[in-house]
Amino acid sequence: MNTVLAAEATNGTARTLTITLFVVLVAVTLGITIWASRQTRTATDFYAGGRSFSGFQNGMAIGGDYMSAASFLGIAGIIALYGYDGFLYSIGFLVAWLVALLLVAELLRNSGRYTMADVLAFRMRQRPVRTAAAVSTITVSIFYLLAQMVGAGALVALLLGIRPGTTFLGMDADTAKVATIILVGALMIIYVTVGGMKGTTYVQIIKAVLLMGGTLVMTLLVLAKYKFNLSSLLGDAAASSGKGSAFLEPGLRYGVEVAGNATQTFYNKVDLLSLGIALVLGTAGLPHILIRFYTVPTAKAARKSVLWAIGIIGTFYLFTLALGFGAAALVGREAITAQDKAGNTAAPQLAQALGVDFLGGDVGGAAMLAIIAAVAFATILAVVAGLTLASSSSLAHDFYANVIKNGQASERQEVNVARISAFVIGAVSILLSIFAQSLNVAFLVALAFAVAASGNLPAILYSLFWKRFNTSGAVWAIYGGLLAAVVLVFFSPVVSGAATSMFPDSDWQWFPLSNPGIISIPFGFLCGFVGTLLSKERDDAKYAELEVRALTGAGAH
Amino acid sequence: MSTDTPASAAGTSHRYVAVQESAEFAGLRRTLRGFVFPMTVAFFLWYALYVILSAYARDFMGTRLFGSNINIALVFGLLQFVSTFLIAWLYARYANRRIDPVADRIRAEIGEVTHEHGPRG
Repeated sequence: MNTVLAAEATNGTARTLTITLFVVLVAVTLGITIWASRQTRTATDFYAGGRSFSGFQNGMAIGGDYMSAASFLGIAGIIALYGYDGFLYSIGFLVAWLVALLLVAELLRNSGRYTMADVLAFRMRQRPVRTAAAVSTITVSIFYLLAQMVGAGALVALLLGIRPGTTFLGMDADTAKVATIILVGALMIIYVTVGGMKGTTYVQIIKAVLLMGGTLVMTLLVLAKYKFNLSSLLGDAAASSGKGSAFLEPGLRYGVEVAGNATQTFYNKVDLLSLGIALVLGTAGLPHILIRFYTVPTAKAARKSVLWAIGIIGTFYLFTLALGFGAAALVGREAITAQDKAGNTAAPQLAQALGVDFLGGDVGGAAMLAIIAAVAFATILAVVAGLTLASSSSLAHDFYANVIKNGQASERQEVNVARISAFVIGAVSILLSIFAQSLNVAFLVALAFAVAASGNLPAILYSLFWKRFNTSGAVWAIYGGLLAAVVLVFFSPVVSGAATSMFPDSDWQWFPLSNPGIISIPFGFLCGFVGTLLSKERDDAKYAELEVRALTGAGAH
Repeated sequence: MSTDTPASAAGTSHRYVAVQESAEFAGLRRTLRGFVFPMTVAFFLWYALYVILSAYARDFMGTRLFGSNINIALVFGLLQFVSTFLIAWLYARYANRRIDPVADRIRAEIGEVTHEHGPRG
């Protein structure tokens, strides 16, 4: 068996199949988008899908919004190369949903309308709070978008088997990357501008079904190969990794112990704690996740959405465990790193190996590879559409309608601005991604989580639970947390001063941690607290209204 | 258009203050916070323990169980999944039984007095 992805003999078959499936996927999602556009008449349709989705549908869509290519390909790849440590990531991503379930989802659904800022600005002065919320929403979403789009460019080039020195349809690997970024960007703009929240939601539901189906089949095949004996799968993975039992224990990737360097070891371990905190507290502050709670009619349905989402996402992360260790055992470290140093192609390579084994021969391998490549493509499309929608909604509803127009814009004007915003944000993301494609931007996902946990989450929790909280506190929390996270990362080894940095040839690094959360999250909460006390503003009557509405659903939109 | 903040002027505000000060609403707040605050602290500490052990107790986490390749780190990680599913289920059951009926009753009472917040958009 040739373990190089899309091996020469099957290159043509795999490509034809992959491209056919890509085209089918694009055609189906565009068809649904056009159908959704006919159902989209009001602002509520555009921003919140008419609040017509059921808890189950929204739970699926949340899964589709949340399980990014970084989760599917990234975590499977980290497990395949570094073993157990990839699992640490999955656990943080899952446990985080309890914050959303217990503290945020229902109260936000009851008291807000279209965006995160609806809740933050409820009892505050609209303009400063909505401006801050729009800045934070757009920052988080663009960071996340860049990571996804740059990843998509590299990935599709790999999945189509275009390696340096070879060409496809006259494109070399670099041209194909740019073409992919433009294609993904154009599709996400169309989904959002044409289909609004309804179109985006159906794209996310389709993606969730494909992703869960694809990973379920792969998981079953991996386990079948080991006669459903988890221990022998783990043993085989550890043996092929060359790391022995350390492969099954924490420490190869995060919190690495550097022999003879106690300082670095200390920082590495603190960095692991910092990552853990940011993962668990970030989810409930991600704007593209929060706006999904507005797509259901009631708080009870929002609760059901999160319950379904926890079930779907949890199951998915259990599958990635089997995929990661399966790839380590059946594909092997050497073949994975030969294809992609970061391990992002471990899952597709595993699919190919399983296809060869179970479907028979190279054609079977090519078929499985093509299917999983299409699933990965759907994964990317659904996530970038959600991010574009969140940022354009905030730009239109928070910044245009409430800051520039002082709440006087008509519904029609507002939705038009939202569509234009989606186009502008999409175009800017395409340009930035093309510029950033040769840089290592994988850290942007972790940074988005850190900003969400440091700026947005303190503002949301204080808004919902602290009577004394005011405009000054909200503005301080958002800007304080946002700036702390971004500044610390800018001076961290992920941006400069290390071989793996975004700018490996420069060095302005002085902050030792890659993840700022352990400093920036408490700092964000502190800023919100201090900012509140520095202002005399206090509106107990408005808090009464917010609290009663949040807890009972009275007057909910 | 904004949220309906400006529309809900003086009269409604007094109404909400009265509801907020009622014993029934205080009970609802206590019922909700009495579950979600301790549970948040509990799952956060449980998760923090897992991350801290992963960073500082590697030998313990690497202990193999039942002579297989399954170690404490894996079981501990899987237990995080179990606890997350369990807490989600417990909360859903608690909210259905203890929170929803009271919230529905108070909402109905508010609805009888203020009508300007009908279902919209």
